[in-house]
Amino acid sequence: MNFKMSTEQENMLHDIGVVDFVTVEMTQYLDTHPMDREAIEYFNHYMRMKNQMMRDYANKYGPLSLSVADNSCKEWKWALQPMPWEGVC
Amino acid sequence: MWNYEKRLQYPVKITQPNAKLAQVIITQFGGPDGELSASMRYLSQRYTMPFNVAGLLTDIGTEELAHMEIISAIVYQLTKDLSMDEIESYGFDKYYVDHTLALWPQAASGIPFNSCFFQSKGDPITDLTEDMAADAADA
Repeated sequence: MNFKMSTEQENMLHDIGVVDFVTVEMTQYLDTHPMDREAIEYFNHYMRMKNQMMRDYANKYGPLSLSVADNSCKEWKWALQPMPWEGVC
Repeated sequence: MWNYEKRLQYPVKITQPNAKLAQVIITQFGGPDGELSASMRYLSQRYTMPFNVAGLLTDIGTEELAHMEIISAIVYQLTKDLSMDEIESYGFDKYYVDHTLALWPQAASGIPFNSCFFQSKGDPITDLTEDMAADAADA
């Protein structure tokens, strides 16, 4: 199978990585600061952004997560995604 | 439980294989302060941590698994499709004879991954100090 990615696909994947990193780090901050309202808002903002980007990516190229894997196609797209360590992304 | 996202936390795209470099970088996979050790350290210690620290160690341990996948991708791509000549000239033959081009967690010195690389003592300060020793140097 040829998994060559378009520039647009690579950019979308890159942006998901950036936004996701914010949510990962904010999660760890919030683990020890669960009452910080400002931090909660910050987390919510980026998590909503990530969820939308994950849906947009799934609609165009296939799901990166099973939570956005539902599709009405004949093929199961989750299984057809490239393995991430192959360097195509 | 865990969920998987089919992407690397940070992309890896290596164009020039280099098995000599791979033999050094592999320690960050299966060495004493590597990502496998880090993830197992946090995910083992969390049970006897105070409530909010247990949550934190869970999320850190989870992130370490993502780091392990990045390092594994680096080693994999550095050794991909090597010829027998390249394997010999890079000094990769001693690894290759046991594992071919498969990923196997070991330190750069060849010592296999071992849970003796980390501690889990049930005392939060002791365990967090151990975490700093392992993670602060090369997190």
